[in-house]
Amino acid sequence: MAAALAAHQNHIKNILIIERDLELGGILNQCIHSGFGLHHFKKELTGPEYSSLIIQEIQKTNIEVMINTMVLKLGEDKTIHAINSDHGYMKINAKAIVLAMGCRERTRGAIRIHGSRPAGVYAAGTAQRLVNIDGYLPGKRVVILGSGDIGLIMARRMTLEGAKVEAVLEILPYSNGLTRNIVQCLNDFAIPLILKTTITKIHGAERVEGVTIAQVDDQLSPITATEKFIPCDTVLLSVGLIPDNEISHSAGIAIDQRTNGPIVGELRQTSKDGIFACGNVLQVHDLVDFVSEEGALAGLGAAKYINNDFDSSFTHTTIADNGISYIVPQKINVKNITDKLKLFMRVKNIFENSIINVYLGDKIIASKKEHKFLPAEMISFDLKKQDLINNSEKQIIVKIEPII
Amino acid sequence: MKQTKNITPTNMVCICCPLGCSLTIIKSDNEWLVTGNKCLRGKKYAAEEMTAPKRVVTSTVKIAGGLYPMIPVKTEQPIPKEKIFTIMNILASVRAVAPITMGDIVIKNVADTGVNVVATKTDKGMPF
Repeated sequence: MAAALAAHQNHIKNILIIERDLELGGILNQCIHSGFGLHHFKKELTGPEYSSLIIQEIQKTNIEVMINTMVLKLGEDKTIHAINSDHGYMKINAKAIVLAMGCRERTRGAIRIHGSRPAGVYAAGTAQRLVNIDGYLPGKRVVILGSGDIGLIMARRMTLEGAKVEAVLEILPYSNGLTRNIVQCLNDFAIPLILKTTITKIHGAERVEGVTIAQVDDQLSPITATEKFIPCDTVLLSVGLIPDNEISHSAGIAIDQRTNGPIVGELRQTSKDGIFACGNVLQVHDLVDFVSEEGALAGLGAAKYINNDFDSSFTHTTIADNGISYIVPQKINVKNITDKLKLFMRVKNIFENSIINVYLGDKIIASKKEHKFLPAEMISFDLKKQDLINNSEKQIIVKIEPII
Repeated sequence: MKQTKNITPTNMVCICCPLGCSLTIIKSDNEWLVTGNKCLRGKKYAAEEMTAPKRVVTSTVKIAGGLYPMIPVKTEQPIPKEKIFTIMNILASVRAVAPITMGDIVIKNVADTGVNVVATKTDKGMPF
């Protein structure tokens, strides 16, 4: 939606949004908790409120929307193959395409938990949809594996709806959720957060009857002597998100192994001419505000591309060095930048009293000092176009260094 | 009674910024003595949490004739923390009717808090 609005603002006439669900808004519609929009709207909104405000902006334009429509494939020739119950099978041709498919949840299979295959094992986001949209409570006695924000939010949500959350387990020595969520979702309801612990076995024939949990060593291997049984009827998994790039693959778009999303440039152009990508399909974001911002960039890029005002070569590359797990964008063309360029990145581990420096050759062009950098919190930098032009170096290297 | 001392200190984590300072709070006279905070916001946060902790409740209520069976709602303002479950019980007994517009009041003055529960989404009803 943000990309469509940006393209509209840049005088593109024919814009179509294709949505798989019955309504616009994506995952925001099931995120009924508040905490959205502090940057974009300067007030604290719930997920549906945030999406509603954007939908209202869409409705003021002539942007076309096709809901309940599934894109089956994106051809290498940029043909969109889609299907819905009104029109059947459709081939749609576009001058520019913006990919915004979001991400999927990692499942039980992805983390290979032993045991039987009873009912009652859900991805946390699936449970969230069941509770918040469909009105079903997936279980009454719950163990949650993974302490990312979705796991924490669901611990509170299940508790409010009358379930008993026995514990939230986290394999790492720290939670990957926001501190605010640990306090307001777990501490408020006296739900224990057990660190360095995982599920080693799920028990039950028809329905989950319990889980065996164990502490893990420094290599994250379970320590058998610490195994313990917790009775429960439901297991929620909040064990990470994977950008949903099935369609990108079919179009032959190059993927970054670290982000699991397309390799993109400053206006979120992919390796395929005229195809752009934004949001969680590109990199898993913490804040929807940054998703909107990134969507607007991709929409601007698509508009420039259609108006033949787009330079598809690259002038710079970004390199995630010491302590940085990835950087988006991976490539940059300064000619497409107005005056500032924003880099998004995450750190690999918790770093205390450190400084992140952005180097162009030997020169530091930006830096950020913090008492604590967390992998759970995305870090962004504004680089000045002038700094990039005034230097012959073409590699932007980002590394984390101790404060001396 | 010059000094009323709360002998057991309370521990909490400050949520004002990503630092997450571990705060220890002791009551002394009419003041909260806060230690562990690296800035003044931590002191203010601790005092609020100790005297009148408040939360915004977000949940869902059933809706008749809606696109989906549930409509999301929230308390318009934060409500006292101890009333969370009273409000949840009230929400379980309420049924909204489509069409409903974001911001529409679903329950007035819920649980005598002086705060309204409002819809956080527009639902024009089933389109087909």
